[in-house]
Amino acid sequence: MGKKMQVSLTVNGEVHEVLAEPRELLIHTLREKLGITGPHIGCETSHCGACTVDMNGRSVKACTVFVAQADGAEITTIEGLGGPDGLHVLQRMFREHHGLQCGYCTPGMITRAHRLLQENPQPTEEEVRFGMAGNLCRCTGYQNIVKAIMAAAAEMNAKEAAE
Amino acid sequence: MIPSAFEYHRPGDLASAIGLLTDHGDEARVIAGGHSLIPMMKLRMAAVGHLVDLQAVAELKGITVEGGRVTIGAMVTQAELIGHEGLARAVPLLREAALQIADPQVRYVGTVGGNVANGDPGNDMPGLMQCLGASFTLVGPGGTREVAARGFYHGLYATERADDEILTRITLPVAAGGYAYEKQKRKIGDYATAAAAVLLTKSGGKVASASIATTNLSDVPVWSEAAAAALVGSDCGAAAVKAAVAAMLGDIDPQKDNRGPIEFKRHVAGVILGRAIARAWARA
Ligand SMILES: Cc1cc2nc3c(=O)[nH]c(=O)nc-3n(C[C@H](O)[C@H](O)[C@H](O)COP(=O)(O)OP(=O)(O)OC[C@H]3O[C@@H](n4cnc5c(N)ncnc54)[C@H](O)[C@@H]3O)c2cc1C
Ligand code: FES
Ligand code: FES
Repeated sequence: MGKKMQVSLTVNGEVHEVLAEPRELLIHTLREKLGITGPHIGCETSHCGACTVDMNGRSVKACTVFVAQADGAEITTIEGLGGPDGLHVLQRMFREHHGLQCGYCTPGMITRAHRLLQENPQPTEEEVRFGMAGNLCRCTGYQNIVKAIMAAAAEMNAKEAAE
Repeated sequence: MIPSAFEYHRPGDLASAIGLLTDHGDEARVIAGGHSLIPMMKLRMAAVGHLVDLQAVAELKGITVEGGRVTIGAMVTQAELIGHEGLARAVPLLREAALQIADPQVRYVGTVGGNVANGDPGNDMPGLMQCLGASFTLVGPGGTREVAARGFYHGLYATERADDEILTRITLPVAAGGYAYEKQKRKIGDYATAAAAVLLTKSGGKVASASIATTNLSDVPVWSEAAAAALVGSDCGAAAVKAAVAAMLGDIDPQKDNRGPIEFKRHVAGVILGRAIARAWARA
């Protein structure tokens, strides 16, 4: 057993102090210690993106980060995207455009898409595909995922223009 | 997929980081983005007693483009490199290649320093840095030294860097002329089956200078002087390209693995280099 350390994580705006071995993977801390089970474990080998969370403004695979590295970080998971008034635009658009079937990849997809649209609010379809390349889906064939993200971008831009 | 236990350190400056490496000897290992090291540790192919995280070492960050030279801090991520407009103007080859590494999540955290220091022949940056004539700054308890990228790689995971040295930055000249990084991979996010970096300059319709390097076609990146020499002075026509490909094939030594048998890799290497030269020439 390794020595445990005190780690401070701000997850979806809430500060958590956890005692963990430094080798613990962030995905396990989130799911098992904090009960934040939105981010999934698909492969645990850095390939599928199901574990994607937003860490300090970047999309990262939480299965490839030691909790010790995340000490002091600001993390957003799928749980932090919807507001008190319901689903996030991306969540609504995934539902509307059938951007999911089994739903296993969806939290990672949406968390990644959220960051992509922050960085590039008006992406082309090609840019969406390139920007989503770190997230695998076994069900949908991606077509409707891309549609949902494009639709969410359009709605977010329309809303911004109206304001 | 849990690595063996280690003690974690997050030094705030370079001197403390080197101090930790000196104190803990071969028990210690630095971690940058961790996207090569953590997978190895999870597979227990790398055992680390003391993990020295470089994320808080400010000296290792930042990109400067000044007086015809570019300096890239070791802890600059692939995403930061791609997003830097001044760098993309000075050395467009870097952005073209970095966009072909892994996927967005990996590029957000994977660093340039980690990519060149790792010593894995699958990494794209080492061949690229050889093509560009870059040099690496190594700082250790004994002081600072500069090592050319072309002399840095000795074998699989064996580099010129000593265990107690930290690669602090990469320096390279601004690259004028035509450029291309061409990479064949099985799927997006995969390491190269074969990849080639090419830089060319043109004068009076002829190739004035050339630099050519390959990725994942030997246990080290291969800077092929012979391939470049086959192009210089030529019109970059079919005969010259054929000669350059033949020269490159003489310098590489691919091995059979899950990306294919040797004959296939040599074939792909030829096709990739041909395309890279054509694209670089069109841009020269
Ligand atoms: C799914 C996936 C796909 C990938 N595909 C590609 C690809 O197509 N092409 C590619 O090039 N890479 C690829 N990578 C690797 C990725 O680019 C890594 O991020 C990179 O190889 C290492 O950078 P890092 O910052 O993560 O280093 P780390 O993993 O932290 O370190 C790697 C090694 O270098 C040492 N090190 C790191 N920084 C320094 C330093 N400053 N001084 C001395 N030693 C140092 C470490 O001790 C370690 O031994 C992929 C990774 C994943 C997970
Ligand atoms: S579970 Fe992290 S990438 Fe698949
Ligand atoms: S919806 Fe099933 S994996 Fe994507």
